[in-house]
Amino acid sequence: MTYTSLSLTLIFVLIPLVLSKTFKLGLEKDTVIATIRSIIQLLAVGYILKFVFDAGSPIYIFLMVALMILAATLNARKKGKGIKGITWKIVFTLVTVEIVTQGVLLGFGIVPTTAQYIIPISGMLIGNSMVLSILFLNRFTAEITSHQNEIELILSLGGTPKQAIHRQLINAIKASMIPTIESQKTIGLVQLPGMMSGQIIGGADPIQAVQFQLLIIFALLTTATLSSIMIGFLSYPVLFNDRLQMLEMK
Amino acid sequence: MTMLYEPAIHLQQVSFAVNDKNILKSITGSFPKGKITTLVGPSGAGKTTLLKMCNGLLSPTEGHISINNQPITNYEPTTLRKYVGIALQAAPMIHGTVFDNLALPLVLQGKKLTKQDAIQYLLDVGLDNSFLHRPTNELSGGQRQKVSIARTLINQSSILLLDEITSALDRQSVQDIEALITTINEKYNVTIIWITHNLQQALTIGHYTWVMMGGELIETGESSILRAPSNPRVAEFVQGVNA
Repeated sequence: MTYTSLSLTLIFVLIPLVLSKTFKLGLEKDTVIATIRSIIQLLAVGYILKFVFDAGSPIYIFLMVALMILAATLNARKKGKGIKGITWKIVFTLVTVEIVTQGVLLGFGIVPTTAQYIIPISGMLIGNSMVLSILFLNRFTAEITSHQNEIELILSLGGTPKQAIHRQLINAIKASMIPTIESQKTIGLVQLPGMMSGQIIGGADPIQAVQFQLLIIFALLTTATLSSIMIGFLSYPVLFNDRLQMLEMK
Repeated sequence: MTMLYEPAIHLQQVSFAVNDKNILKSITGSFPKGKITTLVGPSGAGKTTLLKMCNGLLSPTEGHISINNQPITNYEPTTLRKYVGIALQAAPMIHGTVFDNLALPLVLQGKKLTKQDAIQYLLDVGLDNSFLHRPTNELSGGQRQKVSIARTLINQSSILLLDEITSALDRQSVQDIEALITTINEKYNVTIIWITHNLQQALTIGHYTWVMMGGELIETGESSILRAPSNPRVAEFVQGVNA
């Protein structure tokens, strides 16, 4: 794509700006900021990726993945403010997700051990894991807040913290995983996934594009399950003290 | 309170504060073993907080609590909560049926409740077996209280803490529950600590009473002190309730 063609795509930014102004939506400023940020961020990432791909050093690959995990953690932790040590729990979860998924992909030789494969796949998996963590923490804190009486009841009858919070934990895990599972049910019917579309536009064989997309959606199932369950089981114990009393979420 | 009886629970200068707000202020006193003690006082006196401490749901920020002359902290929390049962004021229910709720105390221990036992507990609190499989969200406030009482009885605790368990019941149901609790107390020598706003109830079923106000224990003694309180604040409170 030429820069002239790319410039013409700004028409897609102008349309929402005009509509926002016409219908007094008040979204013009946010739209402009989002546009500028996306241009700067993606161009920066493009140049960084080009540098990393050309260098081909494992250290740069590691640093890129670490940066992704850091950014994802900083974003996700906002939703778990009331949970002590949530930052490290998210880091531990994302690192585990990355090790498990890349371990399978690289260990079995499913994808080549090159930056071109490791970094984009890591980005998709860590990104999905971050979204799952946010969805889980959002639902989990809401479940706890609205079911305090039920949790207290089970504790009062001699139940353990795990028994007391089991229903809220399971509800939150299921709720966070549902979007991933549901989107996979309609994949290819309602929309063509971004990565697959990108490959096809880039001239790749559609069947090969589908194969890579399947690889990603299967890996996403693992990241979704691992992220929700890990964050859940790492988080709930810190909500109770050693006398099995529920602590106030701050 | 005269110490003619062995204390089931003893509180020594117990205080409790949340965010610098004092809920309980240096409370010292005992609940005699095998007796019914009522806790009376205006809302916000700290009665529910005190009960939750005895069940281990809360810990004092200052002072000590002992159960059977053993520090409460010597008890493993889940064991303590089975030994000292509590019927919570809001009569909270888990999602499911009446049977699910009755079975809960045993399910938490990996045991099962038989249908026959469940029906017997329901009959004890004045509900028939048609309630057994009814979803709890279809129960009235009074029915929830009855199920909550029955559920509390299932652990066969040696000490029972009852937080306004008859506030939503009709007159006949109140009398039935009072008779049931009195029977449990007399037949199984279970220690009862009962929060009530009904002074007549405190007088008729309680052996002893604690009058609490503003987080303090104002007066204790045999329930008859409610007829002629020595403390002017208690006298004013009793007069206000009876008016």
